[in-house]
Amino acid sequence: MNGENKQLTHANPFTPEPARIVRTYYLTEDVKFFQVRIVDVEKALSFKYRPGQFAMISVLGAGEAPFSLSSTPSRPGLLEFCIRKAGTVTSALFRMKENDLIGFRGPYGNGFPIERMYDKDILIVVGGLGVAPLRSVLLFCLDNRDQFRRVSLLHGAKRPAEMIFREEFLSFKEREDLECHLAVDDDDTGAWTEKIGVVTTLFPLLKEIDPTNTFGLVCGPPVMYKFVIKELVNLKIPKDQILMTLERRMKCGVGKCGHCAIDYIYTCLDGPVFTYWDVIHMRELI
Amino acid sequence: MRIIKLKKDNLFPFLEVISEEADLWAPAKKGDRHIFKVIDDFAQIELNSTRTILPPKKIFLPPSFDMFSISEEGYKEDFSHITKKILFGIHPCDIHGLLILDNFYQHAFLDPYYLEARKNTLILGLSCWPDEYCFAKSTNTHIIEEGFDLFFTDLKDFFLVWIGSSQGDDLIRLKPELFDEKLTDKDIQTYINWQTERDKAYKGSINFVALPDLIELKYSDPLWEKLGDACLACGSCTNVCPTCNCYNVMDKQFLGGKDGKVMRHWDACTLEEYSEVAGGENFRKKRSDRLKLWYTHKLQAFISKYGKPSCVGCGRCVVTCPVDINVRTVGKALLGEEAEGFWVRFNREVTK
Repeated sequence: MNGENKQLTHANPFTPEPARIVRTYYLTEDVKFFQVRIVDVEKALSFKYRPGQFAMISVLGAGEAPFSLSSTPSRPGLLEFCIRKAGTVTSALFRMKENDLIGFRGPYGNGFPIERMYDKDILIVVGGLGVAPLRSVLLFCLDNRDQFRRVSLLHGAKRPAEMIFREEFLSFKEREDLECHLAVDDDDTGAWTEKIGVVTTLFPLLKEIDPTNTFGLVCGPPVMYKFVIKELVNLKIPKDQILMTLERRMKCGVGKCGHCAIDYIYTCLDGPVFTYWDVIHMRELI
Repeated sequence: MRIIKLKKDNLFPFLEVISEEADLWAPAKKGDRHIFKVIDDFAQIELNSTRTILPPKKIFLPPSFDMFSISEEGYKEDFSHITKKILFGIHPCDIHGLLILDNFYQHAFLDPYYLEARKNTLILGLSCWPDEYCFAKSTNTHIIEEGFDLFFTDLKDFFLVWIGSSQGDDLIRLKPELFDEKLTDKDIQTYINWQTERDKAYKGSINFVALPDLIELKYSDPLWEKLGDACLACGSCTNVCPTCNCYNVMDKQFLGGKDGKVMRHWDACTLEEYSEVAGGENFRKKRSDRLKLWYTHKLQAFISKYGKPSCVGCGRCVVTCPVDINVRTVGKALLGEEAEGFWVRFNREVTK
């Protein structure tokens, strides 16, 4: 079996699927929103994923990088991403326009244990770009509202201009089926009507919770986890109901390249969603 | 498993017949050491080689190869580096190394680049004799019962040949007159004596069974900082390890156009950028943390997933690391044993 007439006996998991940028705009100064559709219509419509999973996006010649899926599987067809300009691939992505083609493969990772979360209270704590994966689970809860009990959101950003999806979240405050508290560390506009302070200052605003029936979901910058987890533990939420999604260098997405290895697991296969028990059990997680 | 006999003089005629339609790779001299290379003159083959500088993984996943070619039309798979090969002279520990890679590359997602290369390569193993750096008996990888098409045990005047697969049997049938189906009692006794002597030739041992717990118990031991201070973060240990398989992927664009390729090349967890994500956050900035990952992965984590360590005792890290950080010295340090003056030298030369 030499040369050109080689035939693979199985699909190549590294081959990107062509996808088209349907819509893209700035969410903040350095974060852009991307709405993407897989070109092959059948594949676009049959594409299934879970909130908390991620995908690999590639730009010809620039490379490939992992991104959280920010859209919800309850609204099939279009896939959404919140992407911060941070390296080669994201810089190339930022230069792309609507209708441009990108490479796409996924979904990867474990995602949130949605089945366990049904009929429970959901408390989502977000900082900064942590909104990328948690928006997916929040929208999923809202789209399937009768499947969950109380849904609350605590969302913190540095300044009002840096609050990703600020308008969307401000409008959520009017919803009766969602308890939404927003905070900024520093209000440089003078027009911020919500809380000023770090995200943990929002905890006292929460109505009394039923800890053993609550799932606490956390995502944000590395420094945030320690403080937020402390609050959730103080609320007596069980360790295996405190869920967080973590960032690692997921270069291949399929457990082969090694870069996201922690202890005996690969973040791209066994994560990126971990429980607080995992964090205690496996060193190096946070 | 069927075992037959091949006279020493018949080896090259046999290799000549079977290598007509494939590249023959075997150990050959390079300076005073050995490497696996394509053989065009059988006289180059070293039957008594010790470990090669690089393990056979380089034949299946070369240090750098193209995964895709890219053009405006998108990505096109590239398997052009995969050719039909015969790998002769691979020792039991290295075959164990391939079995570990087989497990890994078939876990969860299949890696077509490795598996296609594996499918196109026949494995003709060869017995070996341990030197002072070899500790394959401690990892129980000094003998092999699967993972080869043919296995040759060198008994001086003749080989005993184990036929391990249907394809191996096909090879024998290309020239059956070279082989002797009948083994005499004397042949069998020669083999038993050889095996007894070889077993005795392994000096010292490392208790691999104890290591997972010790790694856990000594997770915060100062020994890691000491090792980290000495480590050069050169990545040599991962390059020469038969089971290290981390890689990086890079797009390369040709000048003046949209054409290019996606390349895959070896990476090493001991290198500083290994765990760094976009934006600059590095989860393992310290050398000691990266060394700990290497040893935890091989001697503890791999066991919890696959039931055995991903060390095959080949001794390559022992002969390669410029500052003597290797499975033997780290293993012994974890076990609290004096490792052949390692810490003495270490304290004298490295941590002044």
